[in-house]
Amino acid sequence: MSAEPVTTDPAAAAEAAVGHDPHATSTGLSHTKLAMWVFLGSECLLFGGLVSTYLLYATRGNGRTLPAEVFDIPFTSVSSFVLLMSSLTMVLALSAVSRGEPESGRAWLLATALLGGVFLGGQVYEFTAFVREGVGFTTSPASSAFFTLTGFHGVHVALGIVMLMSLFVRSVKGNLTKKNSETVEIIGLYWHFVDIVWIFIFTVIYLIPVD
Amino acid sequence: MSETTTTERAAEHAAASSDPSADTEAHSEGHAHPSDWAYVKIALALAVITALEVFTYFESVLDWGVALVPSLLFMMVVKFYLVATWFMHLRFDSKLFGRMFTAGLLLAVGVYVATLAASEFFA
Repeated sequence: MSAEPVTTDPAAAAEAAVGHDPHATSTGLSHTKLAMWVFLGSECLLFGGLVSTYLLYATRGNGRTLPAEVFDIPFTSVSSFVLLMSSLTMVLALSAVSRGEPESGRAWLLATALLGGVFLGGQVYEFTAFVREGVGFTTSPASSAFFTLTGFHGVHVALGIVMLMSLFVRSVKGNLTKKNSETVEIIGLYWHFVDIVWIFIFTVIYLIPVD
Repeated sequence: MSETTTTERAAEHAAASSDPSADTEAHSEGHAHPSDWAYVKIALALAVITALEVFTYFESVLDWGVALVPSLLFMMVVKFYLVATWFMHLRFDSKLFGRMFTAGLLLAVGVYVATLAASEFFA
């Protein structure tokens, strides 16, 4: 039986603590999860800029039709509801994987990706309808700001779907277990953030009337 | 100075546990997650609030008048809060995660309210 060397040097003690286990961190928190939260904090700045730009240009239509004049609120409401429910399926996927139920987790992951796909399909339909109504990307400052904002959000949803499908493939291969459920949690954080951004966009851009 | 403090804290953290890996596991998995039924109830609440939001669009049913914008903003904040605290687990996780996110959010709001004000958006 070998005795553990005792050190009174705090730095050495911390180094020893981290050195023994690759998963141990000096804060006791997952660095990957912390990094995701910092990233999401910075994403607030990105979407804040895009929303502000739209609010500034919302009424600048250069005498052409404004995006707000062609909004189809009932249709967008259904899309919003679909994205909102995808947050539920995402959290149920994490719950299942954390419990060690890979089949159930896989089904919820697939459901989340499908709901995201339905939302994206709705966005493509909406954009197409707008162009038919004479509101294109370069029609006016208002339309440019609108398409940039909602387009950026759509790209985020698309990236989320790619990440969800990669988790699905990992699960099929048997590489997604209770042990690495944190990966699902981190991608889930990204997905819920995308949902939160849409909650904001739906109210501020679609529902609050432009004067 | 801050580096020393962090190091000392880490040393205390290491000293407090004889098995560092077990301690980390307690941090990363120690917080209790709600049941699936609790998540479903939150989703139902979100659905009801969304239905109320959409209801405001149909002015022929009820004219919200000056209460329209504050009501919509209030419902948006409630939905935002529910998703962040329950689905993103901020309610159960380390407060540091919430602080990181809130810092970014407040910074964004501050910067863009200033920009909008400078552009006479609120005039």
